[in-house]
Amino acid sequence: MADLWETMEALRREIDRAFEDFGFRTEPFFRTAFLPGRAARRYPLVNIYADRDALYVEALAPGVDPASLDISVLRNTLTLAGEKRRVPEDVRPEAFHRSERATGRFVRTIELPLEVDENNVRADYKNGLLVVTLPKAERVKPKQINVQVS
Amino acid sequence: MVERTVATQQTQQVAPTAEGTRERERYVAPPVDIYETPEGLVVMADLPGVSKDDLEVRVDNHVLTIRGRARPAVQADPIYREYELVNFFRQFELTEKIDESRITAELKHGVLTLHLPKAEEAKPRKIEVKVA
Repeated sequence: MADLWETMEALRREIDRAFEDFGFRTEPFFRTAFLPGRAARRYPLVNIYADRDALYVEALAPGVDPASLDISVLRNTLTLAGEKRRVPEDVRPEAFHRSERATGRFVRTIELPLEVDENNVRADYKNGLLVVTLPKAERVKPKQINVQVS
Repeated sequence: MVERTVATQQTQQVAPTAEGTRERERYVAPPVDIYETPEGLVVMADLPGVSKDDLEVRVDNHVLTIRGRARPAVQADPIYREYELVNFFRQFELTEKIDESRITAELKHGVLTLHLPKAEEAKPRKIEVKVA
């Protein structure tokens, strides 16, 4: 049963990749994620890093109240939710010279490329960057194989 | 408040005749909110990934300069990218009415908040009307 599920996953990912190559993929460059309109599509923007033991999801989320952050992991799906508040809230609209920073509630679901240990996920928020550390599940970690010399 | 993108006099040094050895650094303008209060102006800028030590805020010849270096929070192999952390740079021209000596700056959760107090003579005064 697990095999079937994984096969389906692999197939779906294959299709996603095909679409990316077809020109839907956008080159990585710095996008101003906080402009209104654009933010409605994908917020927050994320970078994903990996090393031998864990995946790291780094999200660009300045000005988010840490208490409003709601992070959950189910199988290989990570959900980031929270709220970026307009501070302070009592400024009259006519007092604004410029208003470029988008604010509001956000939810984003990110599919992780491999299985993670759901029980040991941790999240840190520093300098406006949210980092979620997801240890790899034991069975997907690379195994060191010793070569026997005969 | 007028935005000025030209470099200040200080940075306009002798034009280089040869290409520098270092690649020129790339900058983006951080999105800002600017609003006015009775006491002065408040500037808020989103600077994700910039720590206090990597941030430079200065006022020279009535030009406010915000310059920050963003550093990634993770040191590992990137496998998927949607953004690149580059440096932040933005300048604003201040009017004469700002008391430059009393500007305060605060950095919290990647957001810089600058308070630019109005000079005393520019503050609104209530004038009492006397009935003769």
